[in-house]
Amino acid sequence: MTEPTAEQIKIEKLYQQWGLTEEEYDLISEKILNRLPNYTETGLYSVMWSEHCSYKNSKKVLRKMPNKSPRVLAGPGEDAGILDIGDNQAVVFKAESHNHPSAVEPYQGAATGVGGIIRDIFSMGATPIALLDSLKFGPLNNGKTKHLVNEVVAGIGGYGNCIGLPTVGGEVSFEDCYEHNPLVNAMCVGLLNNTDFKHGTASGNNSLIVYVGAKTGRDGIHGATFASDEFTDTKNKQRSAVQVGNPFIEKLLMDACVEIIEKHSDWVLGIQDMGAAGLVSSTAEMASKAGSGLVLNLDQVPQRETKMSAYEMMLSESQERMVLCIKPEYETQVLDFFKHYELDAVVIGHVTTDGQYKIYHQGQLVTDIPVDSLTEDVPEYDRKEVQPKRMLADKDYHFEPVVTSLAKTWLDMLQRPNIASKKYFYQTYDSQVKTNTLIRPGGDAGVVRIRGTKKALAMTNDSNSKYVYLNPFVGGQITVMEAARNIVATGGEPIGITDCLNFGNPEDPEAFYELDKSVEGIASACEMIETPVISGNVSLYNEYNETAIYPSPMVGMVGLIDDIDNLTTIAFKDSGDLIYVIGQTQDDFNGSEIQMQQENTIKGDLRPLDLQMEKAHQALVRTAIQQKLLKSCHDLSEGGLAVALSESAFENSLGIDIKTDLTSVQMFSETQSRFLVTVSQKDQAKFETLAAGSYELLGRVTTDPNFKVTTRDEKVSIDGKQAATKWKEAIACLMK
Amino acid sequence: MKFAVINFPGSNCDMDLFYAIKDGINENVQLVDYREKSLAGFDAVMVPGGFSYGDYLRSGAIAVHAPIVKEIIRFAAEGKIVFGVCNGFQILTELNLLPGALIRNEKSRFVCDITDLTVINNQIAFTNQYQKDETIRIPVAHGEGRYYCDEKTLKEITDNNQIIFKYNDNINGSVDQIAGVTNKKGNVLGMMPHPERAIEDILGSADGLKLFQSIINEQVRVNN
Repeated sequence: MTEPTAEQIKIEKLYQQWGLTEEEYDLISEKILNRLPNYTETGLYSVMWSEHCSYKNSKKVLRKMPNKSPRVLAGPGEDAGILDIGDNQAVVFKAESHNHPSAVEPYQGAATGVGGIIRDIFSMGATPIALLDSLKFGPLNNGKTKHLVNEVVAGIGGYGNCIGLPTVGGEVSFEDCYEHNPLVNAMCVGLLNNTDFKHGTASGNNSLIVYVGAKTGRDGIHGATFASDEFTDTKNKQRSAVQVGNPFIEKLLMDACVEIIEKHSDWVLGIQDMGAAGLVSSTAEMASKAGSGLVLNLDQVPQRETKMSAYEMMLSESQERMVLCIKPEYETQVLDFFKHYELDAVVIGHVTTDGQYKIYHQGQLVTDIPVDSLTEDVPEYDRKEVQPKRMLADKDYHFEPVVTSLAKTWLDMLQRPNIASKKYFYQTYDSQVKTNTLIRPGGDAGVVRIRGTKKALAMTNDSNSKYVYLNPFVGGQITVMEAARNIVATGGEPIGITDCLNFGNPEDPEAFYELDKSVEGIASACEMIETPVISGNVSLYNEYNETAIYPSPMVGMVGLIDDIDNLTTIAFKDSGDLIYVIGQTQDDFNGSEIQMQQENTIKGDLRPLDLQMEKAHQALVRTAIQQKLLKSCHDLSEGGLAVALSESAFENSLGIDIKTDLTSVQMFSETQSRFLVTVSQKDQAKFETLAAGSYELLGRVTTDPNFKVTTRDEKVSIDGKQAATKWKEAIACLMK
Repeated sequence: MKFAVINFPGSNCDMDLFYAIKDGINENVQLVDYREKSLAGFDAVMVPGGFSYGDYLRSGAIAVHAPIVKEIIRFAAEGKIVFGVCNGFQILTELNLLPGALIRNEKSRFVCDITDLTVINNQIAFTNQYQKDETIRIPVAHGEGRYYCDEKTLKEITDNNQIIFKYNDNINGSVDQIAGVTNKKGNVLGMMPHPERAIEDILGSADGLKLFQSIINEQVRVNN
């Protein structure tokens, strides 16, 4: 096949197929190059200027996020952010979406999402220690969705289990809007022992560019562009854009990269993952950061297909590949080092000082453009925003649930897919490998200890897209605060977040409003509890036939537990322990699970979140845990008190005996800023003094596994064993 | 006692075994690369879990061609301690050092959980610190852990007391609920559950510790 000429590309506007607009093309040809870009060059601009790589639509919004704290060693802009945790150690984490690939090829899409995020962590020189996943699908009422769910879950497990990293947390939820556009967000957390980490830079004249890892094929070409477009019925056959993962190679690559940075950091000037937009993105970013130029010779690139063009090699998103920039005098040592790991490693180019990005293929100079034009000259868009019409229309709507039988509603609630136990999914993930997992999936947050210290890291993934849909600003705040409560409930101090911003088409003013306002909500909550946003990713254009998903920002939060003796779990421990709820329960039913249950839709506004009170309640729980007053602690979220009480009781097959002034419907209210805690009777006075004014005593834990509940409306006894069975088996039943 | 933990490309529970021995029973332990040709100086060899060679072909099938394997075979023949966990068990059956084979779980899904096992035989080097019929809580994490053997072999290993552990709840569809078996001499043990992950209460169970203590106890007995 002959490639189109530069003139053809211009006249036939071929660049539009690759996602470049006419204005962008004109900017490249008239202002940057002063000539027409050839086929390869046009391809490079189109991927580097895609939303996925350039954030051209979201940059302005992202700047609103706070990214500073005394712990921050590196923030957004690196492969992943870094936070100091003392003792010359740091934690590195990032989350990334793989929504579009997972919709098309669910197993590989999810697997390579995991593989990609792991590379982002070890390219910072950190040892990956844990994985989490946030998944959203359509309802489990059809074979297609069940297949999708099975394959995505198998892909995540297949990759993580094989590479040997524990999956310690995450979330799975189901809503209509994700039926054709599922969300697959993966997060990886790593530990950095050498805080003199490697920046992803290519510096020093004549330094060598080394390619390491799997061979390059034609898979994933234009993946980044694909991720920056919406799905339609006619476009859902984009199979060639999906990559195939090989966790075995990645395990070798991970071990090798961690070792070379720990033991031979003097050889290496920079290291970067070849992720979205593969070779071009990784090398151009490294050179641009250092203010350098680069010469690459594509004939040296290890290839697993024949007759690949320069365009194909540069844009391939073949997995399990890294780029290193090394000092030339260590060439032999570096190549021998990777040979020992049985990995392909070859020199494919060198650093120059002229700031040009030059690519040779079969003796021809096929690209000669300024490096910075790929990374720095991308136009930044200021999109128009308009408050969604639904927000105005439903502003004064207040949903009031009707509960005629507390027992019946309680049991129905436990079986709802969004509430029921997700063990059916997470038991297919190895959560224990590396023998550091202290809290496995099923708790409020996963907890991984740091071997050799008293410390541990708590981590969670949270999203509350229903709330964000109703009120993006308050919903954004809630998302951060729920994550924080999950961390606090385990005994941790929230120290930072990463995020995946999953939204619709930014060119739609209503969708852009959702993005902008929810980011403002996230930012204000992060400022309140001093959790900087140290990394993240943006996934826009999540639409199918022009219907957008709920705006779905996902927050991945990490917390530090100073002393594992303070580790707290959600499970009730002993009969006789007193059950308290911290925070006052009010009528918060808009956007709740009980609204979905009774109206099969969500509607109405959210009450503003009192950030001060939220912070105070989190501080109260942290103090109570440090004073060893809490025997269990559980964040209150979807399904309210009824669900939290059940989950805490099920773990050790205990029951409850409670009497409250709340009404039966309020047992399902989703008022924020609340925790469910248990306290030993001997600590009653101490706890009540500490929590004065912020608690309600509900009752006590019983050996009898039944739930004896007296509300203002009725007195019921719910069969605890039956409730547990329904909660545990609901998902497996639906997946049949 | 000096323990070797074999490291194949793709092994990922090697450090779990390493720490179980180093911190759990405070013994001398060293990782040994699959390219090494000698196990001289070691008293026991541990084959860890993971996905050696990415489980290509079938689990354990490629690892048996690694240079170190000849030494593992020699070790076993000399009656020294050889222990395989999970993928290590698969490798030992692939080498015919242990009877039977491990196939895909009955429900075809990977399963990670903490299971109850019954100690069937407490008379071997790996179990002398357990009570017979004692229930122990040990984690599992595998997709191809369903123990299979023909009826003749089953009768043979039953009669020879080679069945060491059984699942209380048959999580993967194993023949006769078998979780771990030994060779005739009792010096080679393979099991799908991970005792090396059950070394500290804070991890959910410390019931695996006695397996490693049993090995030490046996060594002391032999030396005396």
